[in-house]
Amino acid sequence: MSSPTSGRGAERDDQDAAPQAGASSSTGVSTGSGSGAAVVAASGGAVDQAGLWGDVWRQLRRSPQFLFGATVVAVFVVMAAVPQLFTRTDPRACNLARSRQQPSSEAWFGYDVQGCDYYANVIYGARASISIGLLVVLGGLLIGLTLGAVAGYRGGWIDILIARVTDVFFGLPLILGAILVLQAFTSRGILLVSFALAILSWMVPMRLVRSSVVALRDSDYVLAARALGANDRRIVLRHVLPNSLAPVLVYSTISIGVVISAEAALSFLGIGLQLPAISWGLMIGNAQNFLRTSPFLLWFPGAFLTLTVLAFISLGDALRDALDPKLR
Amino acid sequence: MARYIARRLLLAIPVLLGASFIVFALVYALPGDPIRALSGDRPLSPAVQAELRDRYNLDDPLVVQYGKYVGNLVQGDLGIDFRGRPVSDTIGQRLPVTTKLAATALVIEAVAGLAAGVLAGIRRNGYLDNLVLVSTTMLVAIPVLVIGFTVQYYVGVRLGWFPISGITAGWQSYVLPGFVLAAGSLAYVARLMRTSLVESMRNDYVRTARAKGLPERTVIGKHAVRNSLIPVVTFLGADFGTLMSGAIITEGIFNLPGLGGAVFTAVRQQEGALVVGITTFFVFVYIFFNLLVDVLYAALDPRIRYE
Repeated sequence: MSSPTSGRGAERDDQDAAPQAGASSSTGVSTGSGSGAAVVAASGGAVDQAGLWGDVWRQLRRSPQFLFGATVVAVFVVMAAVPQLFTRTDPRACNLARSRQQPSSEAWFGYDVQGCDYYANVIYGARASISIGLLVVLGGLLIGLTLGAVAGYRGGWIDILIARVTDVFFGLPLILGAILVLQAFTSRGILLVSFALAILSWMVPMRLVRSSVVALRDSDYVLAARALGANDRRIVLRHVLPNSLAPVLVYSTISIGVVISAEAALSFLGIGLQLPAISWGLMIGNAQNFLRTSPFLLWFPGAFLTLTVLAFISLGDALRDALDPKLR
Repeated sequence: MARYIARRLLLAIPVLLGASFIVFALVYALPGDPIRALSGDRPLSPAVQAELRDRYNLDDPLVVQYGKYVGNLVQGDLGIDFRGRPVSDTIGQRLPVTTKLAATALVIEAVAGLAAGVLAGIRRNGYLDNLVLVSTTMLVAIPVLVIGFTVQYYVGVRLGWFPISGITAGWQSYVLPGFVLAAGSLAYVARLMRTSLVESMRNDYVRTARAKGLPERTVIGKHAVRNSLIPVVTFLGADFGTLMSGAIITEGIFNLPGLGGAVFTAVRQQEGALVVGITTFFVFVYIFFNLLVDVLYAALDPRIRYE
């Protein structure tokens, strides 16, 4: 906050001294005073950046919500990457004689309809949920950031066109749209389900980025960068986007949870992942048929799914609190 | 105001066209032949097949098919499905179920959400506030599948309070699905009400009301709460549209014959006209309720003007 005001002050002084210097005065300040000023400017920029994220980190470390979310997410990510760490049982080693046996000391979560160890299945199910959650949000971010930056920075008819296309996608209900896309394919894996959800979840990042880009486009430091001869690409990537990331980051963290439950819903409807894939949504869908006799088939994947979603939502909530200076 | 509404309605036309075209193209891209699927084991004679393909414009290129569809649409004709039943009939028959479900959900989220929000907002950072915060976070986090089956099993099967499937039991059939559908929004309403109430409690008119000796009940009930209702009421308005189109999973869990179930079956059976018709209807509902909310904003808050 302090650097732009002092910069403006310097410019005003300059103009008082030499009124015709005009727009070039800001460049004159930084290049003209030689390497000393450049070092100050560079270190000032670095300190400022470290200031924001350092502050956020300090805030986050003390937030119980963040600690809870981060721990649970870390556990689930490890579970998704190397499920063998959590169980030595093969989730696909099944014996029909054990079908739907209750949880016991041998099989903590009991056995499913096929007589497979349910604990191993629930552990292995983390992979589908976590990878789809991350892939969809990354994909949505990629589309949203690109379109938002282009729309906000270029303005004009491109902006209007992108706004209308965004409206169209906003109107399509998420689950219904995903059903339509996925129905066109007979074999559906993690990548395809992620793709279907990603093309329906870029609209909020796009609007968030667009509005911050519009707000930042004419700011002093962007003007300064342009005066130094930076091209559009560099200005957007180096100066505008990093400063508009905070709200998008919060939204994306929370929406990982939303996406994971959407995947479960699609698999339950029989239009997401398919057997023999291992996914919490599929387990829940199967458990529905045995709800009266073996409700534990619902509890375990349900609890893991809820815990994952809860962890990402807490993480996002904590991040929002840390990034919002009004709440400090 | 009238000009504003007219402009918004005009802007809705390209959105509706765009959405219906996307859905149309997706249905067009579905693999398989709907006519062959129609006939089952004994194939139809080539002449009948050709006649049917001609009647449903199946041999035209995508853009031509879509053009013919829109041509009929502007005359109020949503087309007929492959069983010869007008799409508007199906929507008319299914719509009441979905509307009742969405209305039940709206009532539940309004009553429970407002109550929780007010209780939390009166004593900020108090015991109730934290309780509401934790329970709303849980409510948002529990996926609809889990909450749906849990409620169905415990309240429906174990306790037997409400029916768990179908709509034969009148309004009681809608209680459980309404609650499940409302859960996520309920949490949001509670939080919105809390924030809004905390904000308006800081206002001068609240201090004035207290200063002139009004009892706390009146200060909160008549002055603070009524003024903090605006964002909540407008959210509820917009949410009605979302509830209607977002009920696919809930209708599936509780076996309700609503629009969500209809569109899901239609996708699986490649009933193109039905899919496009219902989806476009959903988009229309969404746009309509968003417009309604913006108009409502101006009506509730005289400071807001659209020119």
